[in-house]
Formats: sequence, C-alpha cells, structure tokens
Amino acid sequence: MGILVGKDTRVITQGITGKSGLFHTKLSHEYAPRFVGGVTPGKGGEEVAGLPVFDTVREAKEKTGCNASMIFVPPPVAADAILEAIHCGIELIVCITEGIPVMDMIPVKKALDRSRSRLIGPNCPGVITPGSCKIGIMPGHVHRSGKVGIISRSGTLTYEAVNQTSLVGLGQSTCVGIGGDPIIGTNFVDLLEMFEQDPQTEAIVMIGEIGGDAEIKAAAFIKANVRKPVCGFIAGVTAPKGKRMGHAGAIISGGKGTAQEKIEALQAAGVTVSRSPAEIGKTMAKALLRKI
Amino acid sequence: MNIHEYQAKRIFRSHQVPVPEGYLARSPVEAEFAFRRLNVPVAVVKAQVHAGGRGKAGGVKLANSPEACRAIADTMLGMTLRTHQTGEDGKLVRKVYIEAGSDIAKEYYLALLVDRETANIAVMFSLAGGMDIEEVASKTPEKIITVRVDPTIGLHDFLLRELLFRIDIPQEEKKQLKAIIQKLYSLFQKHDFSLLEINPLVVTKDGKMLALDGKMNFDDNALFRQKEIDALRDFDEEDMREVEASKHGLSYIGLDGSIGCMVNGAGLAMSTMDIIKVYGGEPANFLDVGGGANEDQVKNAFRIILQDKKVEGIFVNIFGGIMRCDVIAKGIIHSGEELGVKVPLVVRLEGTNVQEGKAILAKSNLDIISAEDMADGARKVVEAVKQAK
Repeated sequence: MGILVGKDTRVITQGITGKSGLFHTKLSHEYAPRFVGGVTPGKGGEEVAGLPVFDTVREAKEKTGCNASMIFVPPPVAADAILEAIHCGIELIVCITEGIPVMDMIPVKKALDRSRSRLIGPNCPGVITPGSCKIGIMPGHVHRSGKVGIISRSGTLTYEAVNQTSLVGLGQSTCVGIGGDPIIGTNFVDLLEMFEQDPQTEAIVMIGEIGGDAEIKAAAFIKANVRKPVCGFIAGVTAPKGKRMGHAGAIISGGKGTAQEKIEALQAAGVTVSRSPAEIGKTMAKALLRKI
Repeated sequence: MNIHEYQAKRIFRSHQVPVPEGYLARSPVEAEFAFRRLNVPVAVVKAQVHAGGRGKAGGVKLANSPEACRAIADTMLGMTLRTHQTGEDGKLVRKVYIEAGSDIAKEYYLALLVDRETANIAVMFSLAGGMDIEEVASKTPEKIITVRVDPTIGLHDFLLRELLFRIDIPQEEKKQLKAIIQKLYSLFQKHDFSLLEINPLVVTKDGKMLALDGKMNFDDNALFRQKEIDALRDFDEEDMREVEASKHGLSYIGLDGSIGCMVNGAGLAMSTMDIIKVYGGEPANFLDVGGGANEDQVKNAFRIILQDKKVEGIFVNIFGGIMRCDVIAKGIIHSGEELGVKVPLVVRLEGTNVQEGKAILAKSNLDIISAEDMADGARKVVEAVKQAK
C-alpha cells in the first residue's frame, strides 16, 4: 500500500526534454516503470527515453491516461505548469522546481483549494513508495519497503532518515518531501492523516525545520488524531534569527518559528523528538518497541 | 533582499504615499546642503544601514542648523553602528539621510506581508506605533488588527471597511489611511514584496498622515523580474562571503563558531550545525553546496570556509543522492592540495558511489579523518579541534 503513489500511478514529466527533467525521468522510470510520457510545448510528437512527448498536458492525459505529473520546468514558468496540471485534473502533481516566486504560488494554492488535485512541493525531492513508484530526485537505492511513513521539509535530511530507518530494519511505506518554500501544496497535517489511515504504515517520522508554524499545527493534529507512534526531528536549533537558511521558507522571522518552540509543541503532543539528526532511526525503532 | 530607508522612501514618494521631504548625503558637506535645501527649523539625520534599532544606537539625531547637521553627519559617517540586529560586528555607516522634522501628534503601525499559512496578503494595523511590534504582538495581540486579502480576488472596499470600522481614529485619518493602504497593496503585488512595514506611520499636528520610516523586504526568488528593485541592492550591506558564495551557486551564512561546515542540502546543513553543538562545538557557518555540486564548487566552498580566520576545523558532511560521493572526494583532494588545508578535516560520505569516494580519500596523502556517520563526524571534529589547541 503506502500513500499517494503505487503500482497504479501513471506519471508524465512536465519539462521532460530539459536536462534535469530527462535525467530524473530516466532514473525514476528505471527504478519503477510508472512513466507514460512527458510534456514540452513545441516538442510534441518527439520521443525521449522511450516515452512520447506531447505539447500540452491535456493531450498527454487523453493519450496516456496519466494521473500524476512530475514538474521540472524553470521557476519563472513553473506556476503556469502547475496550473496547467490542475486545469487538466491531474490527481497528483509533484513539483521539484526550486525558486518559484511566492506571488506566483498564491494563485496556485487558491486553484488547488478549488480542485481535486494534490500538489507536493514545490522545491522538494518528491515522493517514493519503495519498490513500487518513485517520482522525484531522491536516490532510490537507500530505500527499503517497510513500515515507516516519512514526511519531511528537507531533501538530503530525508535521505538521512530513510537510510537510518533502512539500517535498523524498519524500512519505509512512503516518503514524502513536502518542500522548503513558504507556500507549499501539501502540509504535514494532510500526510499525517493519510499515514494514520494507511495499513502498511506502522509509525511516522516527521522532519521539520525553522520558519512558519506548520509543525505547530501538526503537533495539534497529532495530539487529537494520530494513534501511531510519531518520531520527530526539527533542524535549525542553532540557526540565527532573520537569516534565510537556504530554503526560502526556513527563516525565523519576528521571533516566530524557532526550532525550540516546535520541539516543545511536538513533545507536548506525545511525539518522541530526536535531539540528534543521527538518532532518527534508532529513536523510531525504540518508539515502535514501546508501542508493542 | 532588503533596501535602505532612503530607497524605500523614494519608492513611497513615486507612488504618492506621503513621506517627509528628505535628501541623501554621503559627506558632511552634502548633509549641510541637504539641510539648507529642506529649509526647515529642525531636520533628522538618520544613518542608512540595513538594521533596525538605529535610534537607540545613536544612528538617529536631530539637527537645528546647517552647521549642526554637518557636525552630526561628520560623526555619524564612518562610525560603526551596533544595534540589537547587527550583532557584535556592527555596520559601518556610509550614508546618512537628512529629513525634515515632523511635528508628531500620533504614531501608528502599518504593515503588509505574505501570510504563508493561508496564502494571502495580510494587512496589519495597530494604534501602538513606534514601539517594538514583536513585543506588542506577544504581550497585547488584541492591539493588532489584521485583515487578509486573497490576491486572486483583490483588495475590495468591504475588507477596508472591516479594518477601518475596528479602529478608533477620526474620520479624516481613516480617509488618509484607506488611500495609503490601497497604494501600498498595489505596490506590494507589483514588486513582489515579502514584507512592507511602516513604523511609525505618524499623524502630524496639522492632521497629515506620513510614513516616517519604511522597511521593505523583497522575495529573492522574484528578483529576476524586478530589475528596478534588484538595482537597489547595496552590496556594502551584505556579508562579502555570502555574496561570493551565491555567485558560485553556494548558499553560505557566516556564524560565530570555529567549526567550518560543508554540506549538501539546506536541511542537512542546518542539522549538521545542530549536531556540532550537541557535541560541544560551535559552527562557523551554514554552507549548502546544493544538489548537483561539481569539483569546482567544492573548491570554492573550501576557499570561502578558509577565508574565515575563526575556523579551526572543517566538517564535510555529504549524503550523495544525485551528487556522487566520488566527485566530492576528488573535489576535496584537489582543494586540499591547492589551498593547503591546515586545520583538522573530518569527512563523512554516504549515499551514491560511497565506496569509490572513500577509496579515493584513503589513497590521498591528505590528513583526512574519516567518519562513519554524522554523529561520529561531529564528535571527531570537535575532538580534533580541542587537541590541535
């Protein structure tokens, strides 16, 4: 099982003829052959990596029956690409692109609210259900099919958690990188709810960071609705105020969004918070043992 | 991106948001001329640096004659201003802004910002102007009135009424406030702001509303389409290492500690800083080499880390996904040979092609301490720095 993506996912890549778009389509398709085509306006009719290229998402959907899209188009036109996918009723949209202006993401967020589409990202590594479907830039080989659902705002820090849960023998049901931007399509709360319902998932790891209050909202949701054990980590205990730490969304502004504040909220909700990023796997294993 | 107060006021002026008359001065003579040009009894001399809290630090002074204005500018220019926002190093004052003094009757607070949780533009107003708004927000949040504007619908009159009917100020002031909010809102959207703050927004004794200060932050991701705004960037106000790093596609932020970090990915870079602290060390920087770094970028990263004289040890923490560990390993060796790394160097490699990467490091003549995982690496670098002392 797992969530969001699996054996029935039929993926297209928007921006499939670009360098990164093509590279990651190939890697993802090699990992699990779920890709059915791609879109690059003006290059319809061509074929790359054995997949057909279309001019529009509408045409791609009609010809391939795709239900998911991976977006790799440059930041100035990325919001347009997401809107096109929403417009065509693509169920799952994964936007990898980093650097989309916030003002462009506002109408995207509003359009999502009025649609049945779900957006993961932007500025994220993507989604993977190990052994079954990979949409994104994460290294497939560190993943093992298993019981831990992983939700993270970061990229490489997610791989770290994946690797650790693989090494302690737990494996992952699905891993979702929700993205490091101020405005993102899917938040912790949405995914916590899905993992709570998913039969394969027995425990959840959530990796947050400084900036915003998504983790605080997640803590409130966990307290009220999540029965599975949750292990958390928050990056940025030592981050200075007012400085953007790489991600556009990772900034402590107006004294709000500190790591400490988030750690306390999660602990109060019964989440086992790992103080060290090297202990996420072990902490999760311990939390699971306690539950049994 | 931040801009100076004088630049913000120019933007206000060109969009008919009322501000006091004022002129920029780079020398005491220019300051004296500015005063004469203003032709007012009292002018305010304001240090132009990218930091709040200037008043308390001596960066805002009153002058009542051209000579006094010149003398104040003379002391202020070239001084290092230390406020609660600049840190220990402070900021060198290179420019002052000479502004007509205002007869202030009341001080309000007005701000527009992107509300990331609801994906709206929030308009915030408070009667408690001139104060530290963070303090107002935490102690008396009821004193801040907020309305959220959905930009796909726009700033309609009903939203303004919702705001204005909750504020107890005279009708004449409401009229002015409404016009100011409308202008700021269109400015905000047009120029990709992330924050626009006026504190204080004053009412003068003759009933005129004026923006006495202006703080503007812009969305870095949108600068590609905001050429006029991008041109206002003042590199003097930025950390040179951060600027240089960004030219090489690296994200760097200087900190006060002694352990230099080089990491791929922002989240991992932040948590590498955190774990160094867990083992009793202090990070010297945040440095994200990005997802697809090559040998050159690794070399540039080393160069930037080594420019920081506080650095007594380096921790390289790489989780190769798309980035291959063997490429990083080669980059480390070439940098070590070319730049002559004299401080302890701890390297942790994991992920794609990790065996090849480790083999390359093992074969080199460089004195590299290899680490099994990030905890091991943090522990080793902290110990190595202690022993080297």
